[in-house]
Amino acid sequence: MKAHSEYHQRWLRRPVSTYWWLEKPAYFAFILRESSCMFVGWFVIYLLLLVRAVLDGEVSYRQYLEWSATPGILFLNIVTLAFVLYHAVTFFQAAPQALVVRAGRKRVPPRLVLAGHYVAWIVASGLIGWVLLAGRA
Amino acid sequence: MPDRIRLQVARYRPEQESEATFDEYEVPCPKEWVVLDGLNHVKDQLDGTLSFRWSCRMGICGSCGMTVNGEPKLTCATFLSEYAPGPVRVEPLRNFPVIRDLIVDIGDFMRKLVRVQPWIVRQTERSPTQDAYRQTPDEMDEYKQFSMCINCMLCYAACPIYALDPKFIGPAAIALAQRYNLDSRDQGAPARLKVLSEHAGIWGCTFVGECTKVCPKHVDPAGAIQRYKLTAAVESIKSFVLPRGAS
Repeated sequence: MKAHSEYHQRWLRRPVSTYWWLEKPAYFAFILRESSCMFVGWFVIYLLLLVRAVLDGEVSYRQYLEWSATPGILFLNIVTLAFVLYHAVTFFQAAPQALVVRAGRKRVPPRLVLAGHYVAWIVASGLIGWVLLAGRA
Repeated sequence: MPDRIRLQVARYRPEQESEATFDEYEVPCPKEWVVLDGLNHVKDQLDGTLSFRWSCRMGICGSCGMTVNGEPKLTCATFLSEYAPGPVRVEPLRNFPVIRDLIVDIGDFMRKLVRVQPWIVRQTERSPTQDAYRQTPDEMDEYKQFSMCINCMLCYAACPIYALDPKFIGPAAIALAQRYNLDSRDQGAPARLKVLSEHAGIWGCTFVGECTKVCPKHVDPAGAIQRYKLTAAVESIKSFVLPRGAS
């Protein structure tokens, strides 16, 4: 692009700092939200390992339980749980902005869309809890 | 409330210096004065060499966007008293090259804006003697929020994605594309889809959401981008599944 005058050749360009994400709390919250995906991925791997252990039989399953109770894995899973909850909450907060739901010709208020997500979360958790408890009984 | 406040104003004089410096001025601080009033006081009374853009003084023209104490703001709508006892640090908008003092080059934004065709596109024009293009209030509500954009570029200054990847078409251009896509009189959505679904279009956005937070007109560009992602994905599937494409 040609400059408009000789002075435009001397535009001041300010480089972006590597630590730009520390400049504002909102940027830091964004980076935390993005990195929470890695922890979601770990929970998927952890679940697949459980499925494999169950398929391999009782001995393998007991070994999986013992491995899960080691301090390192326990700590990792506690951190992962915190990040997965953060991921869910920030995802829900963002949902009404991205999702336009209509009832007839009227737009459903964003607060109701947000509430719908939380209700679905509670119902799904309740359902899973019921299946687990019913299996024990 | 103090009757005076200190302004720390970024200066860049390309014929004299290669880096920005700060000059400090003390200006009156009555409760009705905005940052722009302070800058005009400096220009008129203290230092006539200070350069900055402004025009309407009422949040309509979008010219006076600057960085005030680290946040992108319209200086005509930002009261000095909010920052009492000061100092108030005034810098040019971030993510744009600085031409002089508080003036940035907006050429990149203007070129991107034109690419999304922010005007009503018609395949067939009706003659003026025929019926007007009628629109119901509900149809107008579909796009009204996005039509409030004043091209002040605060959203670009707040967007870290634009800072890191200057090819990103950016929040305001996408919101304005949506303003016309959602207009019942417009027929230009397929042409805009080509531009917006490029890698540097909507998919560049990772939903930081700061564009919406800093927007002085409550346009919600972040919402516009996320909604358009869904539209673009559906159109992409349609073009794949339907034999004659989505159009």
